[in-house]
Amino acid sequence: MSFLSSFNYWAVIILMMIGFYIIIANNNLLKKIIGINIFQTSIFIMFISMGKVVDGTAPILNEINTLYSSPLPHVLILTAIVVGISTTALGLAIIIRIHSAFGTIDDDVLKKEME
Amino acid sequence: MISSNLPALQVVLPLLAAPLCIILHNRKLTWILTITTCITCFVISCSLLNRVLIENTITYSMGGWLAPWGIEYYIDKLTAYMLLIISAVATLVSIGAKESIENEIASDRIYLFYTTFLLNLTGLLGVIITGDAFNLFVFIEIASLSSYAIISLGKDKRSLYSAFKYLIFGTIGASFILISVGLLYAVTGTLNISDLSQQLAHTENSATITTAFVFFIIGIGIKAAIFPLHLWLPDAYTHSPSIVSTFLAGTTTKVFIYVLIRFIYSLYGYEYSFYLESFNYLLMIVACGAIVYGSILAIKQDSIKRLLAYSSISQIGYMILGLALITELGLAACLTNMFNHAFIKTGLFLAVAVIIYYYQSDSIKQLSGMAKTSPLIFILFLISGLSIIGVPLTSGFISKWYLIKASIDAGYWFFVLVIVFSSVLAIIYIGRIIESAYFKSEENRILIYDENRKTPYLLFFSLLIFTFINIYFGIETTLNVDIAMQISSDLINK
Repeated sequence: MSFLSSFNYWAVIILMMIGFYIIIANNNLLKKIIGINIFQTSIFIMFISMGKVVDGTAPILNEINTLYSSPLPHVLILTAIVVGISTTALGLAIIIRIHSAFGTIDDDVLKKEME
Repeated sequence: MISSNLPALQVVLPLLAAPLCIILHNRKLTWILTITTCITCFVISCSLLNRVLIENTITYSMGGWLAPWGIEYYIDKLTAYMLLIISAVATLVSIGAKESIENEIASDRIYLFYTTFLLNLTGLLGVIITGDAFNLFVFIEIASLSSYAIISLGKDKRSLYSAFKYLIFGTIGASFILISVGLLYAVTGTLNISDLSQQLAHTENSATITTAFVFFIIGIGIKAAIFPLHLWLPDAYTHSPSIVSTFLAGTTTKVFIYVLIRFIYSLYGYEYSFYLESFNYLLMIVACGAIVYGSILAIKQDSIKRLLAYSSISQIGYMILGLALITELGLAACLTNMFNHAFIKTGLFLAVAVIIYYYQSDSIKQLSGMAKTSPLIFILFLISGLSIIGVPLTSGFISKWYLIKASIDAGYWFFVLVIVFSSVLAIIYIGRIIESAYFKSEENRILIYDENRKTPYLLFFSLLIFTFINIYFGIETTLNVDIAMQISSDLINK
């Protein structure tokens, strides 16, 4: 497998690591949510790449094409996107309430407040 | 008609009741609706267990689509056993919830508590009952999202930060599980768990399968708070409203350990999981670490809820240890402990809920001499506490007894030492609370007993039932041990 044929998977790994790094290294809660989003997006790309069949077309039944890409991963990812959006929405809602309760969304300050 | 659709009703009922709570909006009506739903779920799970003990397995195709393509609900003895635990805990907790919730959650948010509670129940029951790997991920997310929301409902503002921390950890965990499901799909082209296990048996082992396994273990490790990945748990249990920590402590982690068992024994097959990668030795080390670490940190805590949270981490260690022994007896010990611990820990947390109801605090130092003003709570707390330590005639003894027996049978004498050492530590941390409550003078107490409060009869009622269950299953073990034995022999000799 050459680099180009597995290009998607390299993109997945790089995106995943970027997202993961943001979650771990950033002190701003809002940016942590962005990190989680990038992290999840990389997984979506992974699923979609898996569904691709070389030379396959869109999975619509007709007489000309006989080779189709698998539509199932795409459908799964629609569900996963919905889950991702709910997580983001809930995370943002909690951040708003953290901000009104503590007056900050900085992780280090919040850790001190917790004691 | 209804009896053939019971598996679907088990999940659909709480799912439908949840939005109904928002429409009803009324405090009392939502509470009654929640209890009714929980009791119905409990009755359904009892009848499912009854059927499964005769028929062995029930499968239910969602919407009439047959198994490898459609979503299948798969019920064997293990599933029914777990459904019974979760719905029983949910029923008892929801009965006692009303009084404690009105004290700890702002009155305009109470209906939201019941909504999220029911959603969480839906997620947990769904995770147990589903036979489809992707559907499992969706239910895991329903359970997790509702638990982040339910934790952040409390008046204590620190609950917000705990919920956020749990959200970050939980989402990473769930994403790892999603990656693992994706990789398995890439190898086998199916998502049905029984189909997956058949396909994997014919597929040559490859790096993809191993990677999927590793991602799954890390993901479920975060979700089930297995020792080095447990960081979200103490905060989440400490700062959330006490009824919420009661419910979460009794159910969430157990459900994820169930998923671990399901994947190891039904999906990958334990020969693959344990022998090929020598994974069981890693689990043993992790389990011993969890047992000792949890108990030692529990001793240091001042907040009783936090103490119980660390004790939960060490109890999860016991379950993992039983699992890692790869013997029938070991797995049975793990399942028995799941059953018993669900009721013991819920009982302890409920006792704390009563304490917080009267005193508005759970600090050990501030509680000195409290047993004299409120003796009943502390007698009930003491019984559940003895059960955590593992004193004979309580259900905690049964779990430890079988775990020790299993370790000796498997030839690991070292674990007996670890279990006994941890029990000694448990005597110390439970003893600290008892000492402060019974033997310290009342004059040191800062907190005032709120005499104007109405007696929380319902809280006491469910607390009494939990205590009764603790003692009952320590003496009469047909339900927990015998069924656990049957399940483990089914899973290992499959």
